[in-house]
Parts: sequence; C-alpha cells; structure tokens
Amino acid sequence: MQRIGVFVCHCGSNIAATVDVAKVAEMALMEPGVVHAEDYQYMCSEAGQAKIAEAVHEKNLTGVVVCSCSPRMHEATFRKAAERAGLNPYMVEIANIREHCSWIHKDMEEATKKAVILMRAAVAKVNLNTPLKEGESRVTKRALVIGGGIAGIQTALDIADAGYEVDIVEKTPSIGGRMSQLDKTFPTLDCSACILTPKMVEAAAHEKITIYTYSEVEKVSGFVGEFTVDIRKKARHVDMDKCTGCGVCQEKCPSKKAPSEFNRGLNKRSAIYTPFAQAIPNVPVIDCDNCIKFKTGKCGICAKVCQAGAIDYEQQDEILTEKYGAIVVATGFDTINLEKYDEYAYSQSPDVITSLELERVMNAAGPTHGHLERLSDGKAPKEMVFIQCVGSRCSDDRGKSYCSKICCMYTAKHAMLIRDKYPDVNVTVFYIDVRTPGKNFDEFYRRAVEQYGVNYIKGQVGKVIPQPDGKLLVQASDLLDNQQILKEADMVVLATAIEPNPDVRKIATMLTASIDTNNFLTEAHAKLRPVESPTAGIFLSGVCQGPKDIPETVAQAGAAAVKAVGLLAKDKLMTNPCTAHADELLCNGCSTCENVCPYGAITYEEKEVNDHGIREVRRIANVNNALCQGCGACTVACPSGAMDLKGFSNRQIIAEVDAICR
Amino acid sequence: MSIEKKEFRPKIVAFCCNWCSYAGADLAGSSRLGYPADVKIIRVPCSCRVNPMFILRAFEKGADGVIMCGCHPGDCHYSTGNYYARRRMTLLFSMLDYIGVENGRTRVEWVSAAEGVKFSDTMNEFVEKIYSLGENVRLGDLRCRS
Amino acid sequence: MGSEKKQAEMIREISGVNPLKCMKCGKCSATCPSFNEMDIKPHQFVSYVINEDIESLVNSKSLWKCLSCFACVERCPRDVKPGKLIDAARQLVVRQKGQDYLSADEIPELLDPELPQQLLVSAFRRYRR
Repeated sequence: MQRIGVFVCHCGSNIAATVDVAKVAEMALMEPGVVHAEDYQYMCSEAGQAKIAEAVHEKNLTGVVVCSCSPRMHEATFRKAAERAGLNPYMVEIANIREHCSWIHKDMEEATKKAVILMRAAVAKVNLNTPLKEGESRVTKRALVIGGGIAGIQTALDIADAGYEVDIVEKTPSIGGRMSQLDKTFPTLDCSACILTPKMVEAAAHEKITIYTYSEVEKVSGFVGEFTVDIRKKARHVDMDKCTGCGVCQEKCPSKKAPSEFNRGLNKRSAIYTPFAQAIPNVPVIDCDNCIKFKTGKCGICAKVCQAGAIDYEQQDEILTEKYGAIVVATGFDTINLEKYDEYAYSQSPDVITSLELERVMNAAGPTHGHLERLSDGKAPKEMVFIQCVGSRCSDDRGKSYCSKICCMYTAKHAMLIRDKYPDVNVTVFYIDVRTPGKNFDEFYRRAVEQYGVNYIKGQVGKVIPQPDGKLLVQASDLLDNQQILKEADMVVLATAIEPNPDVRKIATMLTASIDTNNFLTEAHAKLRPVESPTAGIFLSGVCQGPKDIPETVAQAGAAAVKAVGLLAKDKLMTNPCTAHADELLCNGCSTCENVCPYGAITYEEKEVNDHGIREVRRIANVNNALCQGCGACTVACPSGAMDLKGFSNRQIIAEVDAICR
Repeated sequence: MSIEKKEFRPKIVAFCCNWCSYAGADLAGSSRLGYPADVKIIRVPCSCRVNPMFILRAFEKGADGVIMCGCHPGDCHYSTGNYYARRRMTLLFSMLDYIGVENGRTRVEWVSAAEGVKFSDTMNEFVEKIYSLGENVRLGDLRCRS
Repeated sequence: MGSEKKQAEMIREISGVNPLKCMKCGKCSATCPSFNEMDIKPHQFVSYVINEDIESLVNSKSLWKCLSCFACVERCPRDVKPGKLIDAARQLVVRQKGQDYLSADEIPELLDPELPQQLLVSAFRRYRR
C-alpha cells in the first residue's frame, strides 16, 4: 500500500475563492492510502515545496498528489521537489483544480465537489504509480547528411566546424546539387558557381567531412544517437585514388549520345563523364547503359588513353556500414513532369523550355555557351514569353497545390538578365500574382519592371500553339484590360513547379520520418520546431521540408546543423521513461504493435520465457525505450493486452475512470 | 440510506490528449470560459492511448456520457495517433449505439491548444445533450448503483 | 434577390462546382475560343455566381455564345470549370422556360397507345407543373 500525501494549493484566491480547499484536504484523508493532507497558500513557492519535503520525511510518503494548477504548468516543479526529498519524481501526480475547476465554476459547493473528485482520481492513480527511471543511451559523435546540394554542404560545413565528423552521401557523381545548375542568383545577381564552388571545395577539403558521391543510403536501423546506416557506393568504374581528373577519357570516348543530366538533357555527354567542369570529386564515372564496352564488350578506349590506369571495368558496388548519432535529410527538389500540361506545347516545341533549362541556356558552360538562342534553329529570339505558376497552385491532379515560392523571383531575374544583355528582346511575363516576400525582393521585381521595361501582364496563358514558321502563338488573357491576347513569341519559358526529390519517400520510410501528401518531410512543429522531424535524431534541411530559396535554405541548413550539434554534444541521452512495454507472457507475437508504431520503436525478438514453469522460446515484442515517445498507439492495438504504457497504464487510467464515476 | 428522488446530475468523462486538447481545456480555464462541473477530464498522452475498454468501463461504472478530444487530424504530436483513435472510436461508437448507448452519449472532438472557446462550447453542448438524453441505463454494472 | 440566391445555389448544385475555389488566374478566358463574342468573359462567370447576380448572367450574350468546348474545364487549375457554371445557368433557363408545361389533367388526351410508358413518365418528370 502506498503512503500518499495530498497537498491542496490555494493559489492565492485563484483556487480558494471557489473551492473549499480545507474541505478537499479533509476529504483526502478518507481516501485509501492517504496518510497526510494539508492545504497551503502557494504550493509552488519555496515554502510550499518545503512542506512536501517535510511530509515526505516525516510521514515516510511513497506518493504525492498536488491539487493545484495544470500539470502543464508545475508538474515539473513538484516532481523536482519530490526528487530532492528522495522520492521518485514519477510518484507525483497533479489534480488540476484551477484551470479545470476553480476558474470555470462559480458555485462554491459544486466546484468543491468537483475538486474532491479530481483529487480522488489523482489519488487513485498514484496508488498504482510505480517509480520510473529515465533511460540512458549513447551518442555516436558523427552525423550523416543525405544530399550534397547547397543545403547538405552548408549543414555539413556547420557541423564540421563545430568539431564533429560528418559524412555526406550524394546520389549523383558530384556534390553541388541544383544550385550548381543555376546561372545567376536573385536578388543580387551573383554568379551561382562563383559562390557555390568555394563552399564545395571547402567541404571537400575539410578534415572532418567525408563525401560519398555516386552513393545512396541503402538501409537505416537504430535510433537517435545510434543510427546504423548502410551506404551503397555505386561502382564508378574509375579508381578514385588513381584518377588525376585530366579529362582525356571523356574527350576520347566514342559514345557521345547520352543526354546530359546536368544540362537538363539539352545536349549530349560522353558515356564516361563528370557532370560539370567544377565537379567535386573531379573523377568521372562510366554510365554503363551508354558505354560501348559494357554493351558490346568491344571498346575500352578510355582504359587505353588513361595514363594513370584508373579505369576499372570490373569494379563492383560496395556497401559501407557506418554509425551515426544524427541524420540530416537534405534531398532537395526537382521540377515536375510537364507531360500532363500539353497546352503549353512543351513536348511539341524545343523552344518551349522550363526555367531550369533556361538557366543552362544562359550559362556560359551550358549547351549554347551562354548565348540566348532558340534551341530549334539557333536563332536569337526577339520576343520572349514567361509563364508563371505552371503546375503550382493547382487543385487538380495535374499539378501541385502549393506555391513553389521561388518562381516569381527567378522569373524576374531571367527577365532582367535578358533585358540587360539583349536590350532588343521584348520580354513579357504572364502572372497570376507576383509574390515577393523577402528582403529586397519586391524592389528587385520593381526594378525589372521600371528599370528594365519587362512587360508584366496579369493573366494566365491558356495555350501555346507552335506555328508552321517556327514561331509560337501564345494565347493568354489580360485580366486587368479584360482582353484576350494573341502574342507571337520566339521562345516560351515555363516557371515549372518544383517537387521534392522523388527518392525522398524511400528515404523517409527508411528513417521512419513522416512525410506529407506532397512528399515534403514533416517538421516536428510547424512553427516552433521547423528543422526537426518528429522522429528523434532526424533533421531537415532545404527544400525537402518545403519550397525555399537559397538564402532560406542556407539559414535552415545552419539551423539543422545546430540542432544536430546540440544532439552530438551530449554524452548520453536521457529518454522519456513513460514508454510502452510488453508483458512477455501475454504477447503472442502478432506484430500488430509493430505496424502501428509511428517511430519504428518496436521490434520482435526470439526470447526464452518462463510461462508458469514451462520454459520456451517465443517471438516477443521488444520496445526500444530510446525510440518510444510514449503515445500509446500500440497499447490499444495489442489484441492480447500485452502492451502497456508506463505512467499511463491501463490500470491507472481505469482507476481514474472509476474514481470519477464513483 | 434514504431513498429520495435526486436531481439528475450526469457523470461525464472527458479524455483529453496532453498536447492539444488538455492544453485547450487549460486555455478555456485561464480564459474563464465556463462549462458544467459534470465534466471531469482525464489526461492521456495521445487520443490513441484511449482504449475502448476505458470508455466501456466508464459506462459500466455509471457514466452518462464520454467525450474524447484530440489534436486536429494532421496535427497529432505523434503524427498519426489521432487517426488511429478516429477509426477505433467510429467502430466503438456504432457498436455502442447498437447495444443501446445512444450516439449522443459518445463524441469525438478535435480541439487544438488554441481553441479554448471551442473546448468550452463543445462541453456545454455535450452536457446539454446528455441532460436531454437523461441517465444512461445501458451497460451499467448494477452493483454500482446505490 | 431571394430567388437569385436560390438560383445561384442551383447553379452550384447542377454544376457541382465550388466557385470559391477560383484563384482568378484567368486561364479560362485565355483559352476560350469565343472570348471576343462574349460580353461577360469566362473568368467573370465565377464572380457573378458568387455575387448571386444570376439575372445578368442569364441575360448575357455569353450564355449562348459559349461553345461548350470545355477547354476551360480541361485547363482550369483549380477545378472551378467556368464552362460547367455557364452550362448550369443554361439548364436553369431551360428548366424555367419549361415550367408549367404539363399538368396531370392534360395527360389523358396526350395518351397514345403506341407511346412507350417510359417516355411518358420521363416527359412528366421533366415538364410537370
């Protein structure tokens, strides 16, 4: 039997004005297990807490009930007070007689009655409380960053600068990501490569950073502080240590028919290639699908011309297994597939391009060497039309329901750059709304209109019709003039919606990180914890969490790094003791709990149990206390009633129900 | 023990999840938004912790109404808990209705931590409904009745 | 106005369209082949229904100029489908014009033994008073 002390707080007059606190204390003494009851002005004060300690010592209390304000307010205070007095902190329960009683009821008799019932429920619960102990788990002082774009690079640099080891896993042959494909960046028009490459070099040279390019995360197990990750290093067929990056192999490669991923398929590359000149590492890979040697067995020119002898056709994929304390997801984005938008004639005319393709066209290293020209006939355009919100803000199944956020600004940037470099080209932008919330963003957009004479028309484009003479007829509306416009253009640029990298769903499943219907990773709290996943130890960086531009991505990358460092800096983690646990005699090994657990905290293991003298090996649910957050989903799902939640056990809640209905 | 006809005061059990609805109830309190004293709140970590057994137990012990409050769909602190709760309660409530515990006696409501007004309005409405339905005679353990 | 409110309600019901979903992008007007023939432009249909000004919509040239090509329905990014709205307005007119066309008393003299019963029932459904 417990020895319980009940402490009723007056909270000045907040409680005492409507609840007869002395009566509550008096009634408490009639409850089973209660050996001490008193009321006091302010239980949360030093003196009030001293009263708890005193009673614990004098009356040898094993449990404490404080009838006071909401547990969300002072549960921690009273638990600490009890702990100082030598009691297990989880032997303290609060009866909320302020927010749930004195403040909402006016009649003293009624409020007192209710307060007594709430006190009874708390006493009934404490009677069944057991001392709980916070668990401890180790922290591996190493972080994994998935994705090597600007978000991943920045996160890795920040973590590494704080003194921790970081690994970057990048799927493509080079780090750099989307930002490396951009020509200029808004709103200051810096050259993208000029500001990105130093960061890439810094990351590659950093002694704390290891970069695995052309690699993918294959399997993740473990939990916060102790993740075990399998990384597949895909066969490059080029020895990273021997290759000098001279580039002769790429020049001599006879197969030059593969569309260049880096240039968005606008031109071709060789079968052995580095995505772009500044690639890091500057080591090519062989694309086996296009390599003549791999397809027919006859070629091997690259091996012949390589003076370093780095080509290795026999190389196999390699699986690395590493341990990490924290994982940052920075998987970035891609533009949506425009297949369903045939009204814009994207697949019919090479002169209808996406904005990302225009970035490559404008770039000196791009397919046109930086000359603005039509991809069909190489002629310089005279009329350019930009269409905004292609696939964004759609409620149908063709596009995305969200605003892609960056398009208004990059369209203004493109329009401005074109007008600056080619003043004789007319630029028309069809927009629905121009959204420029950002520092110096609206000024930038106004500059495009006022200084560069870009023609902005409010109204969406209905159709782009390729003409026999190669021109494009753009049919649009001008909502402010209430006119329908037919405009001949030489090039049409589509501000295509962005979507999270399609691989992110696979990665989220491996990490048990939650993901929304648009494939964006969900943050732990939309406002207060925007860079953390609800799954402990997983952090979010960049567009994988939601559309954002470069400055925001870099800011979020830094925030994610700080959160990861905050975790890595700990020697050990204290875990919430209110976790689920399975009664091994009742568990029938059905896996129902494993399926409902949102954290992947439940695994099954073969365990020898002693069932009333019969020793046998059974398949039994095992809860990982470091992963379990204590939601209790499994406790209800369990068909045999084997699962229970510490601190909120079935018996405790039923005791509360009974006390209330008594 | 005197046998006199007492005025009907319902017993109502409210299960509130710790993260949204319990905080919503706290907000109703600190905003002084009143609701009848017949409602007693039990704090659970998440609406998915509410075992149908608890609700049956409440009716067995003489409760006249049971209401469960959780975070709004999509806002669950544990990401998916309230979806489980919603499915369980849909089944439980239709079964309870079938065995004579009217649908009006059971309710699920999503109340966020910012919805003090909604919490108190919901409770007022629910209690009124229970008053109109009267005492619950089904499921009760006769040994509990005095 | 009361009846117009009801008419707006009916247009919503017949078309199955929620005009409040419109984000005023103008893609419907951009894509409409009979735009120049219309006095009320396709993107404006929505606001007429929202403002419950059905009288103007029903009396507009646009009502009968719409080709029902459904280009706007196909391309509307917000599932608002102005073409469906105007089609619903037309149905409203047709239904009104057809009011009290047929009463139960008139049926015996219209009866023809050759007439399929099904046709009679459906005619009565459509044209009953």
